[in-house]
Amino acid sequence: MPVPSKSLPRRLSALHIPTLFSTAMRAAPLALPLLALPLALAATPAAAQPAKKIKIGFVTTLSGPNAAYGQDMKNSVELALEHLGRKMGGIPVEVVFEDDEQKPEVGKQKTEKLLQRDKVDFIAGYIWSNVLLASYKPAVDAKTFLISANAGPSQLAGEQCSPYFFAASWQNDQPHMGVGELLNQKGAKRAYLVAPNYAAGQDGVNGVKTMFKGEVVGQDMTKWPDQLDFSAEISKIRAAKPDGVYVFFPGRWGVQFLTQYAQAGLKKDIPLYSAFTVDAVTLKLQKDVALDTYLAMTWGPDLPYAANQKFVDAFKKKHTDTPTFYGAQSYDAINLIASGVAATKGNLKDKDAMRKALEAAKFDSVRGPFKFGNNHFPISNIYQQEVYKTADGGYDLRTINTVLTAHQDLHAPKCKM
Amino acid sequence: MLKSASLRFSVSTGVALLLLLALALVPVAAEVFDDPFLLTLFTRIVILALAAVSLNLILGYGGMVSFGHAAFIGVGGYAIGILAKHEIYAAWIQWPVALLMSALFALLIGLLSLRTRGIFFIMITLALSQLVYYLANGAYAYGGDDGLTILKRSDFGGLISLSDRPSFYYLCWALLALSLYLTHRLVNSRFGMVLRGAKSNDRRMAAIGFPVLRYRLTAFVIAGTVCGLAGVLLANHTDFVSPAMIHWTRSGDLIVMVVLGGMGSLFGPLFGAVGYLALEEILSSYTEYWKLLFGPLLVLVILFARGGIDGALGRGHGGILLGIIGGFFLLHGVHLYYDDAWAVPAALLMGAVGLVGLMQWLRLRKARKAGETP
Amino acid sequence: MTLLIFEQFLNGLQIGLLLFLLAAGLTLVFGIMDMVNLAHGSLYMMGAYFAAVFVQWTDSFILGAILALPAGMLLGVATEYVALRNLYARDHLDQVLATFGLILFFNEFARLIFGAGGMAIELPELLAGQIEILPGLPYPTYRFAIIAMGLLCAGFLYLLVQKTRLGMLIRAGASNREMVGALGVDIKLLFTLVFGLGSALAALAGLMSGPISTVQIGMGDNVLILCFVVIVIGGLGSIRGAFVAAVLVGVLETMGRAFLPNILGSFLNPSEAGTLAQALSSMLVYILMSGVLVLRPAGLFPAPGR
Repeated sequence: MPVPSKSLPRRLSALHIPTLFSTAMRAAPLALPLLALPLALAATPAAAQPAKKIKIGFVTTLSGPNAAYGQDMKNSVELALEHLGRKMGGIPVEVVFEDDEQKPEVGKQKTEKLLQRDKVDFIAGYIWSNVLLASYKPAVDAKTFLISANAGPSQLAGEQCSPYFFAASWQNDQPHMGVGELLNQKGAKRAYLVAPNYAAGQDGVNGVKTMFKGEVVGQDMTKWPDQLDFSAEISKIRAAKPDGVYVFFPGRWGVQFLTQYAQAGLKKDIPLYSAFTVDAVTLKLQKDVALDTYLAMTWGPDLPYAANQKFVDAFKKKHTDTPTFYGAQSYDAINLIASGVAATKGNLKDKDAMRKALEAAKFDSVRGPFKFGNNHFPISNIYQQEVYKTADGGYDLRTINTVLTAHQDLHAPKCKM
Repeated sequence: MLKSASLRFSVSTGVALLLLLALALVPVAAEVFDDPFLLTLFTRIVILALAAVSLNLILGYGGMVSFGHAAFIGVGGYAIGILAKHEIYAAWIQWPVALLMSALFALLIGLLSLRTRGIFFIMITLALSQLVYYLANGAYAYGGDDGLTILKRSDFGGLISLSDRPSFYYLCWALLALSLYLTHRLVNSRFGMVLRGAKSNDRRMAAIGFPVLRYRLTAFVIAGTVCGLAGVLLANHTDFVSPAMIHWTRSGDLIVMVVLGGMGSLFGPLFGAVGYLALEEILSSYTEYWKLLFGPLLVLVILFARGGIDGALGRGHGGILLGIIGGFFLLHGVHLYYDDAWAVPAALLMGAVGLVGLMQWLRLRKARKAGETP
Repeated sequence: MTLLIFEQFLNGLQIGLLLFLLAAGLTLVFGIMDMVNLAHGSLYMMGAYFAAVFVQWTDSFILGAILALPAGMLLGVATEYVALRNLYARDHLDQVLATFGLILFFNEFARLIFGAGGMAIELPELLAGQIEILPGLPYPTYRFAIIAMGLLCAGFLYLLVQKTRLGMLIRAGASNREMVGALGVDIKLLFTLVFGLGSALAALAGLMSGPISTVQIGMGDNVLILCFVVIVIGGLGSIRGAFVAAVLVGVLETMGRAFLPNILGSFLNPSEAGTLAQALSSMLVYILMSGVLVLRPAGLFPAPGR
């Protein structure tokens, strides 16, 4: 081996350029496939695409214990498209579904994929507030309209409101404020609050506390989403002996809590008040346990509006079950987008016009008259609901009365729009 | 046996250099094919390759099986996130703080764990990284389990704008190339020799008179700091940090990348990271059940293909394998672009590449049979 | 207040005993076969899924549970035969990685067969009520059943390990595997038996936890880490150690979850208190493990000769 010396030619020869070169030549055919790597991973270029089309990206949970809700939303979206004839403003529309696996970072990745690879014109969906909070920034940065079909975190209703974000559902606090008012109406003076410790859970307890006039004798924020065993919290409830217990456990967790609450024998002693904890999907598992509880929500399958009856009847015909509020909100979200496209005559490039059209919200909502506040969140009624047994032995929800009328969320003043 | 860590005379070096060249061309490809997602995907691949390179230093060369390496990605990322939340965006402040924190965490974890060996080392690094995970979960002010959105990327003044995606990509690429070069220099230095000797037999090294623990701790801190840098880049890339970055399964992913690529080889982590993530992306577009194939594949690689991709390249099997995979890539790419008419020349090309690989393998086999070392 | 503490203690005991069932199998496998098996959590998950399916088919919880046990055991033995047998001679890193690959496989496999949504296991009327253990303390019957079952298994394992010939071989194998083989014992058969026992225990833990948590993909991944912590604290290969450590971990974490939020709530708001309390109670367990590793690296009850 030549000893490296100070002179440059010697140094260069020490690099063994011929050998490097021959090595590279030998390796080249093997590495050619590696150069093809970017090619392989690239998608079809825009040039190969056909003519105009509306593309909507829909992010929801399609795996894990709450996959049933994602499926409910998917079914509702399909139904909405069917009722629209798969066209918005005369232009064919396509919806791409992505699974967020109930994880914020996955939801964010899928959102970016929809924006960058599928180049969607609108994004909708999002069951979970934490997933939405992680995902909304890429959308609004890319000036793409994001319509939430469920999650309504307080941050996006207040300081971080954006002209590109709309909620077709509600602001998180609102249904819980309805529960707080219900507690007042039923004369409860001492309440115990249990909710999961994530964005929506925190909004929830804040909502209850804003309206509830009595004393909060205890509050437990459980670990989300890992904690499925509520024995510790239920023991504490028993020890505190409140007049009423408020819980917020969406999806599968609602089944778990109610079952364990009943198993602990507390249901007959301490009335249970909840929002989002009992829905058409959980009812199938909760069954009798959900009877005699107090529920508050912005929508019910029996609301007497034409659009609602059309939706619920068609859904029942196609899927046998009653849709959940997740589905109802998704149906509304698609119709909201359709109204925007129709009003702007399909001119998606004019973002200002689209924004104004969406703000006008001229569509037939399943909730009846639909109006946005300044922060793009709906001003709506909150109803009291209860569970009843149907003639064929199943369970369903019915609306009893209106707890809060034309209610606007409390974060609207913080939004500068 | 100490594998030669030289840069020359090896097929894997050539392949690695060409791979780096291909990676450098990604922004161009993204522009040409009008696919910004390509750039997003490869930025993530390059950043995780950097993390894998740092892990390879202690795992591959040092023999320290750290199952908590993802914690450093988390520390670096959260340093950026926390400073950003307090509206400190200057990179001149953020980056040194993040690297310092990573080094400190690495020092602490190293001091606590390097006295143990074998399975206990694995367990304690796992436990300590889970502590960091729960720490991040408990940081209510910084999002806790929901994670923390970063509103603005690190600000380098006029020097470079991290919001410009190609620029950011080239920064990551340059740091990856730099880390590879530095690893090469480090493992071939006296320090590296001691480290690698200690991997073989640490009692012998101690008997010769080297303070093995100190060398290992230094290597651990270096690896942790470089991994923290990867965390800094990842935070800037995704504009988001969450405890999920620190979960033990992420550490497992990093170890898989290093082992798949070839433990203790210079370019192994590069091959492993690119291979694992690109494979994930391509396979998942075909079927959502891709892990069904990937799991057993991993098991088979562990059982039968010691030395990973790098080892396979050296033995010639890599040639054939790459030929087949390359053909698959080409077909995949061709299939997306054109009609199936092009599949014919693509298949021919695949055959040609596979043939070259086969020739390579036969040549090496003949050399081995003739008694020469390949 | 004392009743509340006792109730929380029972809750912790229940969680700890479930953990013990899982850890017992893992520590046996590690102690005798010197193998790190990350796929143990997958056997836990599959046990729960099997039970969910069988309960649906037979419409009976007891029958479904009884059927799930041999199913889980068979799955474990099959996995051992096909994949894990080759790993005994390998070093721990290889075992960790290969079994990590198995986790990925099992998760996808379960997703393919059982679907992406979770499944629920319904309890029969008998187990769905409460029992008044002490005057003024009604406690869910099912949880009490778990405690009873856990203690029963612990007793059974104790008898097995201390009083039978098989148990003697297990203890000998945990101390010195090569010697046992050299003394003419059929090591392969012993390994298979031990693995089968471990898999059955994992399946039992899975099916028992099914009714109180959900049966879902990846349910084994989270509990697996806790399981490893338990066997490290308890001592590799020691069932007694696994028992003590599991109960300790279960009670510690439950007490932390139950009482820390209130303690912290006096100077933090409930959300912050809740977040910090959960983080702290989880961290407590890992701090305990780190402490044990530093002070008594072989665990609390190490198998003699290690």
